[in-house]
Amino acid sequence: MSVAAAARLAAVVCILASPAAGAEIALAERRSGYEFMGRETRAMQDDDAVNPGMLWVLDGEALWNRRAGAAARACADCHGDARTSMQGVAARYPAFDATRGRPINLEQRINACRTDRQQASALAFEGAELLALAAHVARQSRGLPIEPAIDERTKPFVEAGRATFFRRQGQLNLACAQCHDDRWGAKLAGNTIPQAHPTGYPLYRLEWQSLGSLQRRLRNCFIGIRAEPHAYGAPEFVDLELYLMWRARGMKVESPAVRP
Amino acid sequence: MVNAIVNVPAQARRGEIIEIKTLARHAMETGFRRTQLGELIPRDIITQFVCTYNGAEIFRAELHPAIAANPLLTFTTVATESGTIAFKWTGDNGYSATATAAITVA
Repeated sequence: MSVAAAARLAAVVCILASPAAGAEIALAERRSGYEFMGRETRAMQDDDAVNPGMLWVLDGEALWNRRAGAAARACADCHGDARTSMQGVAARYPAFDATRGRPINLEQRINACRTDRQQASALAFEGAELLALAAHVARQSRGLPIEPAIDERTKPFVEAGRATFFRRQGQLNLACAQCHDDRWGAKLAGNTIPQAHPTGYPLYRLEWQSLGSLQRRLRNCFIGIRAEPHAYGAPEFVDLELYLMWRARGMKVESPAVRP
Repeated sequence: MVNAIVNVPAQARRGEIIEIKTLARHAMETGFRRTQLGELIPRDIITQFVCTYNGAEIFRAELHPAIAANPLLTFTTVATESGTIAFKWTGDNGYSATATAAITVA
């Protein structure tokens, strides 16, 4: 094959592989936020005995086994031991939900289970209980590759998330891509700009002194560019989550990660 | 709710130096922050941590407002005999949490 033909083939493959062509980071050049961290923060994430996210994971395990709602059922009554039944689940979220006709994220799936199956009230976003359950479920996917199901049903939502990622917004008139695709590795104030791969959520952020969800992080970024952040659970955020997970496809889940 | 995660080697040789890791859950509110309305948020921190080995104190720490939330303390001791290593955190507003770990020394 000639060089030109190879280049043409590569271009065709690129177009087929991505929902829309653009200046995205090449697959081989993608790096988790972990690789931008210092030695001490890495050590904190790597050792479960000192990873503060494990406090939430253990809480989540207790909640998993606790009965709730009018149905008086625990997560474990249907799903059994999360260590086996929840393996790889978080790596596939946000996932398409047929009854809602759109993708929902892991927290929304947990709440759907609570309201539909347990007949309990939905847990508040960023509340200790929802974070704990999400952390416990996500922990079971650690080390597994991220692989959201991209098909005819979810594709329009990936496209919508992608459009958000590339749209300039806020008073600073910045798009996510301008920092995270074009300037990763450079400095923003004293911090290294990461590539924005959501590999470790929910994660313990030292700045927060707490565990937080991906949507909390997204809200931080929106406020940072002085745009109006969406509410927790907003469809725009779920679409963006879905795009980010597709963008990080194949990378390893690190939940609960630690970030500076 | 899990108050603390402690990590002690389950087994050790007599005379061996062992590392003990403790991670306590606490917001460690400094007492210097204010709400959006300007009201001071009262201090709420862990003030003291004590570790005992079969009843004898082997490590004590005083904690202050500049220490981060969910304080992680790691320290070493010499494994002398089998038994229980007990941990106690006390703090503002009557805060108290305990944990124990068993160790077998051969």
